[in-house]
Amino acid sequence: MEQTPLPGIGVRHDLVTSSGRTVGVVSHRNGRRDLVLYDVDDPDSSLASIPLTDDEAEALADVLGASLMLGQLAGLRQQAAGLLTEQIALPAGSPFVGRRLGDTQARSRTTASIVAVLRDREVIASPGPEFRFEANDVVVTVGTRRGLDGVTAILAGDDDG
Amino acid sequence: MEHHTTILLIEIGALLFGLGMLGRLGRRFGLSPIPLYLLAGLAFGQGGLVQLSASTEFTAVGAQIGVVLLLVMLGLEYSADELVGNLRSAAPAGLIDMLLNALPGAAFALLLGWDWKAALVLAGITWVSSSGVIAKVLGDLGRVGNRETPVILSVLVIEDLAMAFYLPLVTAVLAGLGLAGGLSTLSVAVVTVVAVLVVAIRYGGEISRFISVKDPEALLLSVLGLTLFIAGVAGELKVSEAVGAFLVGIAISGPVAHHATQMLTPLRDLFAAVFFVFFGLSTNPADIPPVLLPALGLAVLTMLTKVLTGYLAARRAGIALPGRIRTGLALMPRGEFSIVIAGLAVAYGVDARLAALATAYVLITVVTGPLLARLPDYTWFREIIRKRMAAQRATQKPLPSTE
Repeated sequence: MEQTPLPGIGVRHDLVTSSGRTVGVVSHRNGRRDLVLYDVDDPDSSLASIPLTDDEAEALADVLGASLMLGQLAGLRQQAAGLLTEQIALPAGSPFVGRRLGDTQARSRTTASIVAVLRDREVIASPGPEFRFEANDVVVTVGTRRGLDGVTAILAGDDDG
Repeated sequence: MEHHTTILLIEIGALLFGLGMLGRLGRRFGLSPIPLYLLAGLAFGQGGLVQLSASTEFTAVGAQIGVVLLLVMLGLEYSADELVGNLRSAAPAGLIDMLLNALPGAAFALLLGWDWKAALVLAGITWVSSSGVIAKVLGDLGRVGNRETPVILSVLVIEDLAMAFYLPLVTAVLAGLGLAGGLSTLSVAVVTVVAVLVVAIRYGGEISRFISVKDPEALLLSVLGLTLFIAGVAGELKVSEAVGAFLVGIAISGPVAHHATQMLTPLRDLFAAVFFVFFGLSTNPADIPPVLLPALGLAVLTMLTKVLTGYLAARRAGIALPGRIRTGLALMPRGEFSIVIAGLAVAYGVDARLAALATAYVLITVVTGPLLARLPDYTWFREIIRKRMAAQRATQKPLPSTE
């Protein structure tokens, strides 16, 4: 994924697929987003530019992101025997309710990664360090047995660092 | 109400209403309103169809505010990080742009037998493309996502940033401070611009936090007040009001910039229209026919050099032939900046023919430029390009071996 700044407009991300096509997203500074498809003969020129509203972009990202995530998880389970996936429910008394994912420092402390959060039957794929936990979140974590137990302990607040 | 004031209201009201109607008409033909405003100004000025009397003072002040607002909005569009990052990556393109487009303007002025001050002014007029018109064209033609668009934008950004140095130089030279005086204000400008960029990058957040976003009225008044104040101070220091306003726009960032853009846009539209009309007013239509032919020649010449600029800049960025041509054609229109520069020259009383030439020149490029920018979208044009590219490929690659 390549990122190009568009001074005065916003930023463009684009991606050349393995089938040789280029797709991009122009994110305008005023919040507008355009999905851009490029010409095959003239890869510099856009064939179509489709404006997406916030809801539409989110719906599209969910569909693409969620299916990708689940596919990756299934793949991981098959190829790496020692690697486990676990869904950890955030305990009601967890110190991290309302706090950021980055604050848990889960990856550096346990080597296990939080790859998704399930909230209200929605999948939030690859949450960043700025992501804030809420009560009743289910945290999807990938790692070794030890790592997963570590994350469970951190999220429960049992870990003393 | 005093008689003078009522006449003023009538004149301004009729003028603005007329401009609104003109703008609507222009939009129907896909025409930028700038040439229409200029023509309206010509029609109402000295030697025009009808002469405005009471509102001349208002339009003069309004035009000044218009320049300041045009520039602060331009500054608001860019963040300091963007400007600096862009300067690093696109400096060679900016240099090519300056050499190819400013020099012909200067040479042309000398060829017409004008003095070097006029040459300096005309160099600026032919150098700077119109960011406003070009941004509109790119949007209209659905090219914002195109891969050559960053090249176009970066050339425009460099031009706009270069104006922060060019305008103080010109202002000082026109004010009769001579070249030495010009260079000293230029160095003041360089120091100021660098200082503003550094401060904006380091402390942009703090400056912007100082101005609250929550209260739209207070935001409008504080941003507008700050801009006019700084512009005035810059003008007093002969660094030019426009540059002061531009720097204020750059220093403001984040949500404040976003909200300020929304608040100031209608004001900018109003006063920029007044500015273009004012420039038209100060040009005598009778001066235009004698300079029409030179203006046409200059327009053709410098539109071709812009195409070459775009071609070279896009080639540097690894864009293929069709994209290079699109870049070049898109860069052709000159507009608000050229008029700002010409307006400075008029204010300081350079050759009257210069204003007429600038008017005709901008009218030609701003009308034909966006039309020519559509060329690459026509099928026959694509066919020609495709054949050229096929021919190039044939000559570049040796014949495939028979395997």
